Amino acid sequence: MSDEKWTVTFIIHRQKGPDSQPHFDEFTIEIHPEEFVLDGVEYIWAYKDRSLVFRHACHHTTCGACGMRVNGVEKLACMTKIADVTQDGGKIKLEPLRNFPIVGDLVVDLGPLYRKMHEVHAPEVIPLCASPWEGEGIKPPQETPKREDGEEYIRLPDCIECGLCVSACPTAASDAEYLGPAVLAAIHIQGIDENPDLLALADSREGVWRCHSAYECSAVCPSNVDPAWRIMDLRKQIIARRLKFKK
Amino acid sequence: MLSREQQGLNWLLQWFDPRGRSIGGLAFILNRITALGLVLYLYLHLYYLRQLTMGPQVWNAFIDSAENSPWIGIGELFVIAGGLIHGLNGLRIALNSFNIAVPYQKQLFYGLFTLALIGIAFFAVHMFGA
Repeated sequence: MSDEKWTVTFIIHRQKGPDSQPHFDEFTIEIHPEEFVLDGVEYIWAYKDRSLVFRHACHHTTCGACGMRVNGVEKLACMTKIADVTQDGGKIKLEPLRNFPIVGDLVVDLGPLYRKMHEVHAPEVIPLCASPWEGEGIKPPQETPKREDGEEYIRLPDCIECGLCVSACPTAASDAEYLGPAVLAAIHIQGIDENPDLLALADSREGVWRCHSAYECSAVCPSNVDPAWRIMDLRKQIIARRLKFKK
Repeated sequence: MLSREQQGLNWLLQWFDPRGRSIGGLAFILNRITALGLVLYLYLHLYYLRQLTMGPQVWNAFIDSAENSPWIGIGELFVIAGGLIHGLNGLRIALNSFNIAVPYQKQLFYGLFTLALIGIAFFAVHMFGA
């Protein structure tokens, strides 16, 4: 990495609690263009304003904690390069995720999402056969290797419950009861054939039929979940059941 | 996740604000705008049709004034544009809802929107051409 530094102004949403008036503070720092937005936020917190409230953990796209809006688009700050969202002498506007209660500055309460994921018993691990191969879209693999003991390999699901999809979804903005893209994707990956209770949830007013096909969830998903495709596939499965193609 | 009361007017802004939206989101916004336009047209249509109940003289006078007003023609072109954009985008959504061509929803939008533009241009020439 070269020693090149850019001068970048971060315009950061500030709000101390859900009921206080929001405003924006500007911080101008020197930062390498190959560094990430989260690096800039940490620098500002370390050297400019220790009262800045933000959240992060892993720094490598695994935990989903650093979700925020960067220049109006939902991103994980840990994987968003400075050079991809601004230029030397440019600005970066940071705002919290939409459609969740504000905790402070850049942090929202993802509790409503976690509770809904719990409701549909979103799995902590999934069988390998239900997993997408990296780089090949989300189709299940044709053949999955078996363990010597005959059991199937398992892996972590792709969804990191970062909330970016819910923030980007215009339907979630107008309907608090809508299950939302992440939850519907969690239903899809478990299968409605095997889980009649999940079928009832998906085939409900606040399930797949509430989606208005804006596809923003898949556009912002940082983890190859493609919730929009999964919602449309759930619709297809439910329509097939209604037309008695499938019991 | 947030109720409408908690959202204030933010939910409405999110329905129409194109900033930061992908192609799917822009198509969503276009569908809402054209739908509202078509509903407005429907009410205007019914409002003016009520003049039929006021006798032939009132209706003929209205038709005469409409024929001489350029705004009526422009309004009709807006209705055609709204119908084409909304209808063709609706076709895309309907196909996608059967999980047909979901990975190609952007390309579908580009293709169908181009078709709508061609249709609008055809009607514009037909209506206003020499």
